[in-house]
Amino acid sequence: MNILVVGLSHKTAPVEIREKIAFSPTAMGEPLQQMIALESVCEGIIVSTCNRVELYATSREPERAIAQLRRFLADFHGLEYDKLAEHLYDLRGEDAIRHVLRVSASLDSMIIGEPQILGQIKTAYGYASEFKTAGLILNRFMHKAFSVAKRVRTETAIASNAVSVSFAAVELARKIFDKLEDKTVMLIGAGEMCELAAKHFINNGIAEVLVTNRTFSRAEKLAAEFNGRAIAFENFRDQLHQADIVLSSTGAPGFVLDAKKLAEVIKLRRNKPMFIIDIAVPRDIEPKANKIDNIYLYDVDDLQGVVQANLKERRKEADKAEAIIDEEIIQFYRWLSTLEVKPTIVALRLKFEDLRQTEVQKTLSNLSADDKTAKSIDALTRAIVNKILHQPTSILKDAQNRDDGNTYIDAVRTLFDLPTPAADASDAAENVEQED
Amino acid sequence: MSIHIILFKIVLICYLSATVLYLLHVVGRKEKPGKIARWVLLAGAVVQLIAFMTQFAQLGHTPVTNMHESLSFFAWCLVAFYLFFDLRYHLSVMGAFSSALAVITMLGSGIAPKAVEPLNPALNSWWFPLHVSFAFLGNAAFALAFGAGVMYLLQDRMLKSKHFSALYHRLPSLDTLDNINYRALSFGFPLMTLGIISGAAWAESVWGTYWSWDPKETWALMTWFVYAALLHGRLSIGWRGRRAAIFAIIGFACLIFTFLGVNLLLNGQHTFEALLGKPY
Repeated sequence: MNILVVGLSHKTAPVEIREKIAFSPTAMGEPLQQMIALESVCEGIIVSTCNRVELYATSREPERAIAQLRRFLADFHGLEYDKLAEHLYDLRGEDAIRHVLRVSASLDSMIIGEPQILGQIKTAYGYASEFKTAGLILNRFMHKAFSVAKRVRTETAIASNAVSVSFAAVELARKIFDKLEDKTVMLIGAGEMCELAAKHFINNGIAEVLVTNRTFSRAEKLAAEFNGRAIAFENFRDQLHQADIVLSSTGAPGFVLDAKKLAEVIKLRRNKPMFIIDIAVPRDIEPKANKIDNIYLYDVDDLQGVVQANLKERRKEADKAEAIIDEEIIQFYRWLSTLEVKPTIVALRLKFEDLRQTEVQKTLSNLSADDKTAKSIDALTRAIVNKILHQPTSILKDAQNRDDGNTYIDAVRTLFDLPTPAADASDAAENVEQED
Repeated sequence: MSIHIILFKIVLICYLSATVLYLLHVVGRKEKPGKIARWVLLAGAVVQLIAFMTQFAQLGHTPVTNMHESLSFFAWCLVAFYLFFDLRYHLSVMGAFSSALAVITMLGSGIAPKAVEPLNPALNSWWFPLHVSFAFLGNAAFALAFGAGVMYLLQDRMLKSKHFSALYHRLPSLDTLDNINYRALSFGFPLMTLGIISGAAWAESVWGTYWSWDPKETWALMTWFVYAALLHGRLSIGWRGRRAAIFAIIGFACLIFTFLGVNLLLNGQHTFEALLGKPY
């Protein structure tokens, strides 16, 4: 059985294409049913996010399934296949497994380590479970993917540092202030960047928001949105000492605040630290202010620098994550490749051993034989069983490396009426390895 | 090997492994070692407490009459104070600092001559254990303030210069460090004051004079003034942050000199020889 991946992502397709083949989350039943209705496909999951659309499938005829799945993506969305084809990738076997594990662990994301993707894949798996399109292999595989993602998250620092300017600002604030819950943030100017950063601070529990703007009505509007207080631009300097965090992004050509004023403010604050973020270009706050004790002034470039350093850190951590994935692939692949043949051999041997033991018991209880005879009978029957099973066993083992291997397995199961393998067949498979 | 030496070695090993574990946590960014380190450190402190008590039972007086014993007692105070702070702050960087300092102190203690001679009976009053306990516990608190001060300066420099080293991720916020500085000061200062007062009372009961301006007394008083200035500055003029950190560092430097420098370089009634009734 093969695991397959067909799809496209931000790496291979522009957003114009991605949005056309995205699946609607409210109607996943239809495409999932159509997908497993394809003859060559056994199980299927559809992952659809704004950065990727991928089909995960299992199949006994990988090449045929891949061709059908590629077509399916185009046909389902009524697109011309030839136009879509160049953006699609298809993976099978180990490559497919590695791909899914990397995606879940957020190594393939646009921003490495971003946390949403795992949730999105879990949702996709949820739909597949709901519509019963994921079977034994994909169930096991997806749980593997989730646990690998968790391992990566806990064993590496891949997601530990902020990689957006506004998150970086919040993170810096946490390095200055013990907690943000009792802090006040002041917005000078009501620009979009300011608003975004303010939102991040509010989400992180900031207590109060003050807004000032040259156009007072704009300040009022923004203040209302944040449940804060608007301050007239003429006298915001007098209230500056109330602010622990200042976000500034006015369109003013010169400095809105100079170092001298800030030195006074810090005195008024009894040296309580102030974190000032100057997002404006040209800058609003005199850079010299960073030299004042207890003032920490960051401009856009400073924040970008922090983000770049964090991204570098994440890429370093990604290498550790790849090693974890390599390890897990080996484990999973072993299970997958023994899934078909080994349980069959185990079941076959169990069946024969059962028969042999029942018959030996029957004979011995009628025979009242001495110990030595009993042992010989036992050895004799064991030898016969082993001799009989030797050839079929080695043919079955051989079969797992051949495309028509499934025929033999099917035949053996039918001839000896063997039970179908359970979900945790891997355990039995491991036992048979020891027997050899 | 006497039981005392064995216990001493066990304690040293505990503190040393706690240091290594804390460093693994701080530098290697691994979670588990940090948690184990705390317990190892606690185990060391308990063993050391037992060692003190057996020593006390054997000698019949508080075992701080030579450099070996004093340093070892200081190490214990330091660890005890850290564990106390850890209840609230959970700061493994402070743990790394405290346990490392405890190891250094213990090593110093190990090098110092261990011979225990009978205490000058004239000096053996109940003021003696009071005086040294207050003084050493105060010192330990100031050592934590010093550690927090150094970390504050490091963190402050990184935030100002916008270049962050690996340590940045493990250092707590400036506010927290400043808070520790203040709390350590608010424990250390009364303890030190009590130490000086109980010392004066002891001197009065033995020599009939409260204060005799021997070098240790003079230096202790100077150190006391440094910390008094810091406390005053904090409470009434709103000193904090960098300045408070720098003061805590200066204060600790004075303290080290009072503790070690005076004993090793200068003479006076605080030397161990004097304590044992030898001429100085």
